[in-house]
Amino acid sequence: MTAKRTLFEKIWDTHLVAQPGGRSPIVYIDLHLVHEVTSPQAFDGLRVAGRKVRQPSRTVATIDHNVPTEPRGTPITDVTAARQIAALQVNCKEFGIRLFDIDSPEQGIVHVIGPELGLTQPGMTVVCGDSHTSTHGAFGALAFGIGTSEVEHVLATQCLVQQTPKTMKIDVHGRLADGVTAKDLALGIIGQIGTDGATGHVIEYAGEAVRALSMEGRMTLCNMSIEAGARAGMVAPDETTFSYVEGKRFAPRDAEWESAVNSWRSLPTDPGAWFDKVVDIDAAQLCPFVTWGTNPGMVAPVTGRVPDVGNLKEADRRATELALQYMGLEPGKRIEEIDVDRVFIGSCTNSRIEDLRAAARVAKGRRVNPKVRAMVVPGSQSVKRAAEAEGLHRIFLEAGFEWRESGCSMCLGMNPDILQPGERCASTSNRNFEGRQGRGGRTHLVSPMMAAAAAIAGHFTDIRNWKFQ
Amino acid sequence: MNPFRIHRGRVAPLDRVNVDTDQIIPKQFLKRIERTGFGEFVFYDWRFSADGTKNSDFVLDQPRYRGASILVAGRNFGCGSSREHAVWALADFGFRAVISSSFADIFANNSTKNGFLAVQLSEPEVAELMRGAREMDGYNLTIDLEHCEVRDDAGFRAKFPIDEFVRHCLLNGLDDIGLTLQHEAEIAAYEARHPAPPKEPTHHRQWA
Repeated sequence: MTAKRTLFEKIWDTHLVAQPGGRSPIVYIDLHLVHEVTSPQAFDGLRVAGRKVRQPSRTVATIDHNVPTEPRGTPITDVTAARQIAALQVNCKEFGIRLFDIDSPEQGIVHVIGPELGLTQPGMTVVCGDSHTSTHGAFGALAFGIGTSEVEHVLATQCLVQQTPKTMKIDVHGRLADGVTAKDLALGIIGQIGTDGATGHVIEYAGEAVRALSMEGRMTLCNMSIEAGARAGMVAPDETTFSYVEGKRFAPRDAEWESAVNSWRSLPTDPGAWFDKVVDIDAAQLCPFVTWGTNPGMVAPVTGRVPDVGNLKEADRRATELALQYMGLEPGKRIEEIDVDRVFIGSCTNSRIEDLRAAARVAKGRRVNPKVRAMVVPGSQSVKRAAEAEGLHRIFLEAGFEWRESGCSMCLGMNPDILQPGERCASTSNRNFEGRQGRGGRTHLVSPMMAAAAAIAGHFTDIRNWKFQ
Repeated sequence: MNPFRIHRGRVAPLDRVNVDTDQIIPKQFLKRIERTGFGEFVFYDWRFSADGTKNSDFVLDQPRYRGASILVAGRNFGCGSSREHAVWALADFGFRAVISSSFADIFANNSTKNGFLAVQLSEPEVAELMRGAREMDGYNLTIDLEHCEVRDDAGFRAKFPIDEFVRHCLLNGLDDIGLTLQHEAEIAAYEARHPAPPKEPTHHRQWA
């Protein structure tokens, strides 16, 4: 009898190219996604060493981090951003890599377009010079972020030398209540295990609540794995996965599709397989969450309060005090009493069509609070077209939200969309680090529904109490 | 890559936990397309006020820590974004190593590619070094990769763990792309069993 293996171990084993004695294994990479910020130095490295891209057809690029979300065609006034974008265009041409360029109808955030083009498939190894590559694990792929030296390594060899990670199962029992989303599940998990709770591990999310998530919900959940320190996050592929992938542009077809699905059905973890760590989560205990501090583990229920620092351990107390000072919050303040100046609905965490539908449902027939500036940034041009076909853009515009072009935008503020010092933002993105959305800006992470509700109320509010048209 | 064997240098204490890579090198500096020149921007928002004037309170700008080449920091150092620019900035500023009780995975990986050492010690050991750097003027440490050991001049001695292959590459300054390419036959054999997809799928349809 063969050993019982996890989803991760099955993918890992089939991708081992070589295991030189006394060394970490060499692992084959099926799909390498590239963007403008973390790649120019890697291409320069290839040129210096006289190397080529080994597998251009396994390499796909887009431009997302730096792009302005003003109407396309508006000139890019940031000279260094323009230079970085031009560098990727030149590099893709020189090395024969497919680029979904700024004006392409498929341009978008790299972790949005990979799945929607069918590039991401179950059982694959996927890397990108971006920590949120963990998103693609939603398909039952092993997907992780890498640095620029490793980008160069994959370009040159289509392989990576990787230490074998440990495994962690997060078992989510029961079902999420109405108004409690995949984002709240992710924040609840990080709040429980901490921002380094999964360091060195690949997480497999399992259990009834995870099985019940749509593919987009699973992407949101896996996306935030890195915020718990995980090497990757994954969900076993099932019928939900297959029906999402089927018919996508780069997905297999006909006989190839049948045979692919057959092999994907063997990927889920064998019953009784061993995990190095197991965490149990009760979905019924989860509620809409709001972060109050400067890392994603500093989180409270919307009905809760900013913590008191009195009874914390020394290191945690200092970290909490620094966070509250930066955030301009008093210990013990009720979350629902925190006013917001800005709202950002977007990012590789929450910018897909279901996210926009959820936010539009809240916005419909209501008005953004006059003190608040709120923007919606679709994850890709395809998401934008789909939303416009459904009339979501009209709902947002009538409510007073800005409706913008696709890109990473205010998630990390590399383009002109940034917070001003002291501005407080309800954001559907993934990081509330100091200065992340703009120097001195104060970020609170929430779900798309909670962000839309904050835009209308002008402060955080429990979406579970809202009625919808 | 520069080899790392034994390094002795001044220690600067950064007594914060969860130092993320957004703090080490803020986003506005990631638009540069070079690998060098990031040092002056390291910890920018902590070192400079919004108008660009220097905040001389920040530890790296206190005269007693000037020229430090070893940073001691709280747990989960380098969390967040995968930006290798964080390592480039620390190295370009003059650091050769960071000592912490834990590191984010991607930061630790990026370090090894740049001849830069992420040294993991226990929390009490890190606390002791932090104290040494705060209380003693000109506090120096020796990081000895040959013996996987950190030492000071007052009798502190601690072993640190490191992957054997990573250690081999660091000691010898090896280019790991070159090492992987020594396995060309195995990579080619793998690719023969798993051919790459066609660049454009045969069923390509026009987009509206």
